[in-house]
Amino acid sequence: MLFYLQCHLKSHNGNTKTVLKKKKVTTISLYLEPSLYTVKAVLILDNDGERLYAKYYDDTYPTVKEQKAFEKNIFNKTHRTDSEIALLDGLTVVYKSNIDLYFYVIGSSHENELMLMSVLNCLFDSLSQMLRKNVEKRALLENMEGLFLAVDEIVDGGVILESDAQQVVHRVALRVGYLGRKRIKLVLRIIRLTCNLL
Amino acid sequence: MIKKFDKKDEESGSGSNPFQHLEKSAVLQEARIFNETPINPRRCLHILTKIIYLLNQGEHFGTTEATEAFFAMTRLFQSNDQTLRRMCYLTIKEMANISEDVIIVTSSLTKDMTGKEDIYRGPAIRALCRITDTTMLQAIERYMKQAIVDKVPSVSSSALVSSLHMVKMSYDVVKRWVNEAQEAASSDNIMVQYHALGLLYHLRKNDRLAVTKMLNTFTKSGLKSPFAYCMLIRIASRLLEETDGGHDSPLFDFIEGCLRNKHEMVVYEAASAIVHLPNCRARELAPAVSVLQLFCSSPKAALRYAAVRTLNKVAMKHPSAVTACNLDLENLITDSNRSIATLAITTLLKTGSESSVDRLMKQISSFVSEISDEFKVVVVQAISALCQKYPRKHSVMMNFLSNMLRDDGGFEYKRAIVDCIIGFIEENPESKETGLAHLCEFIEDCEHTVLATRILHLLGKEGPRTPTPSKYIRFIFNRVILESEAVRAAAVSALAKFGAQNDDLLPSVLVLLQRCMMDSDDEVRDRATFYMNVLQQKQKALNAAYIFNGLTVSVPGLEKSLHQYTLEPSEKPFDMKSVPLATTPINELKTELTPIVTTKLPEKVAPSRQDIYQEQLSAIPEFKGLGPLFKSSDPVQLTEAETEYVVRCIKHTFTNHIVFQFDCTNTLNDQLLQKVIVQMEPSEAYEVVHYVPAANLPYNQPSSCYTLVRLPDEDPTAVSCTFSCTMKYLVRDCDPNTGEPDEDGYDDEYLLEDLEVTVADHIQKVLKPNFGAAWEEVGDDFEKEETFALASVKTLEEAINNIISFLGMQPCERTDKVPENKNSHVLLLAGVFRGGHDILVRSRLALADGVTMQVTVRSKDEIPVDVILASVG
Repeated sequence: MLFYLQCHLKSHNGNTKTVLKKKKVTTISLYLEPSLYTVKAVLILDNDGERLYAKYYDDTYPTVKEQKAFEKNIFNKTHRTDSEIALLDGLTVVYKSNIDLYFYVIGSSHENELMLMSVLNCLFDSLSQMLRKNVEKRALLENMEGLFLAVDEIVDGGVILESDAQQVVHRVALRVGYLGRKRIKLVLRIIRLTCNLL
Repeated sequence: MIKKFDKKDEESGSGSNPFQHLEKSAVLQEARIFNETPINPRRCLHILTKIIYLLNQGEHFGTTEATEAFFAMTRLFQSNDQTLRRMCYLTIKEMANISEDVIIVTSSLTKDMTGKEDIYRGPAIRALCRITDTTMLQAIERYMKQAIVDKVPSVSSSALVSSLHMVKMSYDVVKRWVNEAQEAASSDNIMVQYHALGLLYHLRKNDRLAVTKMLNTFTKSGLKSPFAYCMLIRIASRLLEETDGGHDSPLFDFIEGCLRNKHEMVVYEAASAIVHLPNCRARELAPAVSVLQLFCSSPKAALRYAAVRTLNKVAMKHPSAVTACNLDLENLITDSNRSIATLAITTLLKTGSESSVDRLMKQISSFVSEISDEFKVVVVQAISALCQKYPRKHSVMMNFLSNMLRDDGGFEYKRAIVDCIIGFIEENPESKETGLAHLCEFIEDCEHTVLATRILHLLGKEGPRTPTPSKYIRFIFNRVILESEAVRAAAVSALAKFGAQNDDLLPSVLVLLQRCMMDSDDEVRDRATFYMNVLQQKQKALNAAYIFNGLTVSVPGLEKSLHQYTLEPSEKPFDMKSVPLATTPINELKTELTPIVTTKLPEKVAPSRQDIYQEQLSAIPEFKGLGPLFKSSDPVQLTEAETEYVVRCIKHTFTNHIVFQFDCTNTLNDQLLQKVIVQMEPSEAYEVVHYVPAANLPYNQPSSCYTLVRLPDEDPTAVSCTFSCTMKYLVRDCDPNTGEPDEDGYDDEYLLEDLEVTVADHIQKVLKPNFGAAWEEVGDDFEKEETFALASVKTLEEAINNIISFLGMQPCERTDKVPENKNSHVLLLAGVFRGGHDILVRSRLALADGVTMQVTVRSKDEIPVDVILASVG
């Protein structure tokens, strides 16, 4: 009899172990608590899925390891398709790609998708203006400070601070000096190109 | 052409990413130039960018190195370069948590936030609030108030948002800025308005009246900002929900009015709010559904997604409301965004007719591999709902599911499919064999231990009862050869069940078990040896007790009893009957299908309710000698909800006693009750042995008193009894404000409602997975049979529900569900009678004019049998 009990206890323990191993899933209340905290993360990845910029505003992914895993997952799911919205890990992800850059804005799955979209558009449009429509990896890397300042003006601690790209660009107020180098290069390139054509 | 050129250029120059191989130590080394005079803004800026970039990449900075860099950075405040200054703010924010003594920059930031340069002020406020604590916040309070009402939008917004962040930490300080926030709310700038509204709500959300007032003001005056409108809609819908406001409330009118707003964001928010309101009727839903319908044809993917996702939610509760959109949804099936297509199809599956099922399933299987796991789960859930609706379509869906099972996918997804198939098998007996075959195929290549063990358990349960049980043996034994320990052990148990139930398979099963006894894992060997020995006895009763129907005791209880036994060794062998039974989990209410969001509570092996009671009762000296707790009932209310004193009772049954636990609450704030007991007058030969009073019962603090009653020895069949209860106590009036009681008190009493003890209190539910085996095991020594007519009952379901709740026994083998259009049914019930005797009831029900019921009761003792029959009669 006792021996039999032992078997049973063991199988019981076995069960609990497997239960504990399961991935932790955060519980989200069914109805949204009215709050200004809209954005959970803003990400920019390159065309290999490597992080160029990442800002997480809450502790959905507390460690760098979890964040990178999430980014990998997000990139795999989105980089081949041209659609602009997806649902991953119970989070709404709106995204946009341009040449070799992937922009993501992430919010709770109960969040108003259009609000997230307005953040994404604002980010993209501001960068586009700051980089003179040349939104690609190299131009971005040459102007990282512009990106840092722009995101800081768009989202503050998860709250949408500004949604108008004009305003953002105005507030970032990068002086031409920093972009000048870039512009001269562009002019040179165009000259070279026209020469080639001739 | 330019682009192409660019690309070439990039490929040739491999070092195109200036940040690619940054070394933290090198960057920190470079940071030394911060100390050079004069400051070179360009180079310093570049280094700050590198530092932030590294932080952003997740590089770890030690406290010392971060502090060092931080202090070097503070020197850069001397430069007047705008971008450099702004990057300093960013660095401060990024390092606020890693570096020490960040408050050193407070004065520089305060200077910037009150300075003339508008471009500095907003960011300076945000950086300052990031490093401020409650005490320092008071020092800058004056500036914050000014900033909130500043006419420059960026300053005002920054101040408001920073205040919002600070509320968590220093509510009391921020609370004082309400007037300023109110003023900012009437700003012309849309973002300022939004932030002010958010802050105001956050400060007032615990005061419903203030929120209502605020809503009234803003809904009347109208707002400019679409964001603020969204916020307002959320606040309004939350208030509606909390106050159960009807659909004629002005708040609802406001939300409905927002459906005509010119911003799509607001329209969608309003529609979504209406859809999510509880108990919303079709009439209120209609306008919301029609705007969502419009969104379905929007060129913006996000809008289509939002619309169809919300429609999907509506379809769960009100499929008919969505049928009007079927045409639009059909168009979305081929949407290039697979998430949208999936949601459209699953919505159609809910609203469409049986004839469209085949077509939709074909459509969805064409791209199911392209969608994310979350949506696959949605599809599976839609299918499982569909199966319940159209059982005739089960072959199509089973096929589909088995195909999905073969695809790649994560654990959640596979689990959803397995759940769905198991559900199928239980609902439709005719799909059992195909279902089992699919599952067998699945475990051949299954990486999830939990699923494999679960399926093996199911095979053990269902397999032996199929026409050709032998074909499952191969699948099960393959697991023994190929899998991990847990799966092997489960496979051995499954094998044993085949051996126990099919005599012709027994010899081969024994051979297989023999081989399992050589296993490398001790658990597998133990199980194999154990089953081997049981099976070799070839006794039905043994098989039933040890193979089919496992232990029914509560595991923590067993652990405790065994521990007790080892502490006080005695000659007597350990008695299993002294262990409290496991309370069978109440069948989970079918959780509402909430797709996408996998809400899960953290699972843990909490001690059951009964284990907690056992603990509490054993702490009271008077109840020491009562033995193990047999059963605790659900609480019974003995007073109306809104009376002076609220009393509810829980009945704890022991072998020969019952303990009544009275949870009392005093709702009068000017009284202190003392020495509270509940006096009980039994109607039968029950004997009240002891009262345990609650010493003090102050206002609003629940406390318990107990009454111990001995069950009559002479007539064991007298199981039901009615008690009239009176609460007796000493009242001491007290000051409602201070709670200080008077010196003297007086005795008083309070009449409670009568309390009944029924047969169900003496029986604990026990699930026998294999009822037939248990039935044979108990044997017919004390079998009794009687026929009753239930005249007042009109349907079989009603009769079954009555019997189950009356006897308090566990229905087995899903016999509590009556197949449709049947006139007769057999209900199988199992339980344990007080004292530890198994008791089994087989009741044949026939529907004629009223319900006729033939009850057969078996037990190993005569008393329980008599009790059951006497109480039914």
